[in-house]
Amino acid sequence: MPAEAVFNGLRRVGAGAINAVSRLGFAARFFAVVLIHSPAALRRTRLTLREIYFAGVLSLVIIMVSGLFVGMVLGLQGYDTLNKYGAGDSLGIFVGLSLVRELGPVVAGLLFASRAGSAITAEIGLMKTTEQLAAMEMMAVDPLARIVAPRFWGGVISMPLLAALFSVMGVFGAYLVGVRLIGLDNGAFWGNMRAAIDFWPDVTNGIVKSVVFGIAVSLIAVFEGYDAMPTAEGVSSATTRTVVEASLAILALDFILTVFMFRGMGG
Amino acid sequence: MNRTAIDLWVGIFVTIGLAAIVFLALKVGNLTSLNSAPSYRLEARFDNIGGLKMRAPVKAAGVVVGRVDNVRLDPKTYEAVVALKIDNGYQFTKDSIASILTSGLLGEVYVGIEAGGDAVMLADGATIAKTQSAVVLEKLIGQFMFDKAGSGGGK
Repeated sequence: MPAEAVFNGLRRVGAGAINAVSRLGFAARFFAVVLIHSPAALRRTRLTLREIYFAGVLSLVIIMVSGLFVGMVLGLQGYDTLNKYGAGDSLGIFVGLSLVRELGPVVAGLLFASRAGSAITAEIGLMKTTEQLAAMEMMAVDPLARIVAPRFWGGVISMPLLAALFSVMGVFGAYLVGVRLIGLDNGAFWGNMRAAIDFWPDVTNGIVKSVVFGIAVSLIAVFEGYDAMPTAEGVSSATTRTVVEASLAILALDFILTVFMFRGMGG
Repeated sequence: MNRTAIDLWVGIFVTIGLAAIVFLALKVGNLTSLNSAPSYRLEARFDNIGGLKMRAPVKAAGVVVGRVDNVRLDPKTYEAVVALKIDNGYQFTKDSIASILTSGLLGEVYVGIEAGGDAVMLADGATIAKTQSAVVLEKLIGQFMFDKAGSGGGK
């Protein structure tokens, strides 16, 4: 019966919408609870330091190498186009602005989501599957304060530092290609870059972006881990969801932040 | 991984991360010229400011001495009022000329100040009396065409 099929379809859409809204509400409440437990977790610095090690220090190599290569490619491509208009000396401006404003926070955020976010989700998900979280509750240890909050803050603290390192390595890569390889003037490269890039608002906006991305990625990672179905399949799909949702969140937030930050600029 | 090793690595990570932010602020951006010496305000009125924007540099003899703080239109005289923030280290004579200039054909628009010979200096909040408006390329071309046509018709 066609009417029946239409109703079934609508029902499926409705169930999906209700599920999405309830998960969003759960995530918001989860965020609030993590924040409430944060002071207790942050007082025990050791726990957060350990998570900064796993989320930040172990991501250093991939972030720095990616930054270097992104910067070198920007140097080559940017010079190729700029030189057509006789503006090869502006390479520093082009590379610096794209890295500090956009590429640093966004690409570092995407790498961070895949490298550290997925690991956090898998770890918490597996703890839930093997009933370690339930065991903690039995011992009157709150897993939100002991497990979730330190991982959240480890990510939030690591992300801006990683994004800044990404930008610096990118600028260094562009310097290698532009000045060392192509032979641009060293003074013009740095001088033009410093003349065109302001600490406020360019660098600070990049830092604000990376902090926001750090919060988003860390929250999605711990939430998906905590919310995972306690099965092997559940953990694997939660890990996948973390990477997908965190990447989409970064790109969407980047657009929204950029609209607010740079709308009023340039007159 | 034991405790001290984690502490060490986190210490290294946080240190180079903060160093990267400082590098971005000082080497890539220009934090140093932003929080420079205290400044005072001057105003200048122009018939046309062309493409002058806020935060555009103010230069004297090519040296940056300040920034454009604010641009507004005087509703009575229909002149553009440009507020300039000049570093306290630089004083200009009362008969200085402010002009809107462009560095190169497509370069940035800036305010150039040429000092005169007066003994009295401009105080905080003073208005630069002599100004020279931006050269609008379209008007210039229009003028040129008009002159050409005029001289051609006379022959």
